[in-house]
Amino acid sequence: MSAPFPFSAIVGQDEMKRALLIAAVDPHVGGVLAFGDRGTGKSTTVRALAALLPQIKVVEGCPYNCDPERPSPLCPHCEGDGTTPEGAKKASKGRRISAPVIDLPLGATEDRVVGALDLERALTRGEKAFEPGLLARANRGFLYIDEVNLLEDHLVDLLLDVAASGENLVEREGLSVRHPARFVLIGSGNPEEGELRPQLLDRFGLSVEVTTPNDLETRVEVVRRRDAYERDPSAFHERWAKEEAKIRRRIERARRLIGEVEAPEAAYRRASEICMALDTDGLRGELTLIRAARASAALDGKKTIEDESLRAVAPMALRHRLRRDPLDEAGSAVRVERGLGEVFAA
Amino acid sequence: MIEAAALTADDASAGDGDPASERVWADALTAAALLALDPSGCGGLRLRAGPGPARDSWMTYLSALIPAGTPVRRMPSGIGDERLLGGLDLAATLKAGRPIAMRGMLAEADGGLLIAAMAERLGGETAAKLSLALDRGAVRPERTGAAEEVSTRFGLILLDEGIEEEEAPPEALIDRLAFSIDLSAYRGPLETDGFPLPEEIEAARERLSAASVGDEAMRALVGAALALGVASARAPILALRVARAAAALDGRPEASMDDCALAARLVLAPRATRLPAPPEDQQEEEPEDRQEEEPPEPPEDPDQDPPSEEPEPPPDESEAKTPEEILVEAAQAALPRDLLERMRAGVKLRSPASAGRKGEIARSLTRGRPIGVRPGAPRPGQRLNVVETLRNAAPWQPLRRRERGEETGEAATRVEVRKDDFRITRFKRARETCTVFVVDASGSSAFNRLAEAKGAVELLLAECYSRRDQVALITFAGKTVDLALPPTRSLARAKKLLAGLPGGGGTPLAAAIDAAGELAGKLARAGRTPAIVLMTDGRANIARDGAGDPPRAAEESLSAARSFAAQGHAALLVDISPRPRENAQALAGALKARYLPLPRADARRLNDAVRGATGR
Repeated sequence: MSAPFPFSAIVGQDEMKRALLIAAVDPHVGGVLAFGDRGTGKSTTVRALAALLPQIKVVEGCPYNCDPERPSPLCPHCEGDGTTPEGAKKASKGRRISAPVIDLPLGATEDRVVGALDLERALTRGEKAFEPGLLARANRGFLYIDEVNLLEDHLVDLLLDVAASGENLVEREGLSVRHPARFVLIGSGNPEEGELRPQLLDRFGLSVEVTTPNDLETRVEVVRRRDAYERDPSAFHERWAKEEAKIRRRIERARRLIGEVEAPEAAYRRASEICMALDTDGLRGELTLIRAARASAALDGKKTIEDESLRAVAPMALRHRLRRDPLDEAGSAVRVERGLGEVFAA
Repeated sequence: MIEAAALTADDASAGDGDPASERVWADALTAAALLALDPSGCGGLRLRAGPGPARDSWMTYLSALIPAGTPVRRMPSGIGDERLLGGLDLAATLKAGRPIAMRGMLAEADGGLLIAAMAERLGGETAAKLSLALDRGAVRPERTGAAEEVSTRFGLILLDEGIEEEEAPPEALIDRLAFSIDLSAYRGPLETDGFPLPEEIEAARERLSAASVGDEAMRALVGAALALGVASARAPILALRVARAAAALDGRPEASMDDCALAARLVLAPRATRLPAPPEDQQEEEPEDRQEEEPPEPPEDPDQDPPSEEPEPPPDESEAKTPEEILVEAAQAALPRDLLERMRAGVKLRSPASAGRKGEIARSLTRGRPIGVRPGAPRPGQRLNVVETLRNAAPWQPLRRRERGEETGEAATRVEVRKDDFRITRFKRARETCTVFVVDASGSSAFNRLAEAKGAVELLLAECYSRRDQVALITFAGKTVDLALPPTRSLARAKKLLAGLPGGGGTPLAAAIDAAGELAGKLARAGRTPAIVLMTDGRANIARDGAGDPPRAAEESLSAARSFAAQGHAALLVDISPRPRENAQALAGALKARYLPLPRADARRLNDAVRGATGR
């Protein structure tokens, strides 16, 4: 497989790109859900993100990608909790890898996802050893599920649970393992194939709606770039290398900056006003709104959260948290716009 | 075919795209040649045709074109993940005493063709896995025994044996394949002379990577896609690749307008959902002329080279045409006339989005979504979960081998699996309910009343949503019965359709009940539980043959109701006349349906009634 299509060369789809960048800057924002028509480049965009993420430093040999400077206390490898006595020593050494973006394909078996007894070792040597699964590999990175609405419900539940708690607890076949599993969950899908259970919707931090561009110029550009990429992937990559580097630097800078971005009292008030105007359930809306706005401000190089940042991220942070009228699907974007209009007019 | 049942026989289709014309056969062979030239670039082909000589000849032609040694795999529609994606090979694993992997079919088909038999029965989950393989050209199955990334660059052939319009392979797959060919109505000669030969394909393959498509042609293709209402961005990209393949086949370094026209005809036409607005002055004339001037007569001689027999633009106006218009016309020429007429009438064809998601027969325990594993020996009809079984056996191996060694006196190397180790995969058999709303949109003030009942209908829809049920909508008025919304979960669409439904015309009640019965039967065969909600005032005045004959219409509707009742499906009749009427009540009796007069049907009661009717 050749290198994925460059992120910067994706035409349009600004909201989806911003949501992914926000998640790259602040993994705590809680995952991104991209729903939309067929053939709009949802998965292309997510896979393109992988090439942009700054590299991370990991403990050599740690299956959970621990940071050598701060190995996770949950990690059975690095903290040496008994299963691997030499683990703690290894924590000093590190190597750089690209941040993992792990694909969770439909049809993946539960044991491959959560990890299970290492069959090879058990059968050939009679040893009881844990073979880490996808969740281990995704630690400190991204976990991507295409067609998330078709994934079995029990797996989606499990993933959301792990994504929220940051640890994976495996109790099977006489094994009892706990390991860090902190990742950003990204789901995409086509609503016509079936909707996501409403309970799951608001557990994603951000949600974007992806549509097909309707004007000729944009569509020609999409096809032109795609064609150029297919005909000569490496030349295409070279052509876009500069843009890619620019975005990578932007992410890195935003990551450094985000700790300094201030949220003035007014911003909190504004966030609450927006959520009240939209009548969203619970407080998660406000929290996500502030978090996303902070990351968005950092991406734009700003040091305070202003109305502009809140406004830019409000649709993606809130559209899936509106009190849901199952019949009013297309309406959520409109409702958010309306609510925002009210708040910002006042 | 509800719509077809309602349409009368006067639209015996004929046109360039007439499904029986030899043009279709020529297109099918051309598509086969292009597919053989660039299988993974074209994505593949959907061939709608029952088993028979046409399909066989087509397959024979295609197999002759692909080089010897190219992998070709045939995939059954109910294929398990183990076989599709790869997994543990049970027999080999037990024999060797260590895990032995089995390659999946996706990996085996790499570089060749994957043929999906009975593709109209493919489930959404299998389709999603195939889609991923098509999109990325590689999969990493993440299964025990198949954890590594494998290359999966193949062309997918969907053998679609669907008969009904909505019996079709998943749209997500069709969207990714360049070609969609319908040979189901073709009965003409099965000649393949004059079409590309294996050597020509071989030579063209060398030229493929050098072939390009100019900017103007690219714009024209994208513009044509847009003008024809093709939403997916994949279509123009596929068309581009097809144009390039066509150029390579003819030995041109850059795709000509003819190559693009061929691509428009083969790739864009089957996806068209509307026609572009014609330029003002010729708008009345031109389309009409073309139809009458090109009668469906026995087609052109088959010796002609297909790319060159591109739809001849009417010569008198060709100078004024932009490339985009030429392509749109090329595509238009490939469309069957009845479809053209519907598009011309401004009907935006619904995307067949929810088509083809057929449920499976409910009795099988071996299909559906796996939802977990439980201990127990597999009985007939259950599926052993090899990986889990071995996992359970694994920790005991040293112990068991020692035991066995002591018993038999020889060193055992095999894996000892005992009865307690067996694990069975449990499948969820979704026994979904599909609520079919059959709505009287006739002029007898019916629709006003329906508007009043809107709250109730919405509550019903909301109920369906929370149960993740499907809904379908049949409307009837005038002389037609229309399946406005095939079974879907998209309730927003149902609501939109219902809200925008115009009222007026007669009441073809008998035809509507027939249609409802037919759909219910089909749903039941697909493993779903149908529930019919008929909303009418019961005043039939259009007979089955379309005549305005109230007494006969009433008679017929009662007999239709009785044969519906014989099927035994749950039904509810909501009387939407201002005052409860006898004929509606009588009809409910004949239907063996619950009767609910609207004036008394508040949302809650309506809901309870539907629940009662469906037994939930």
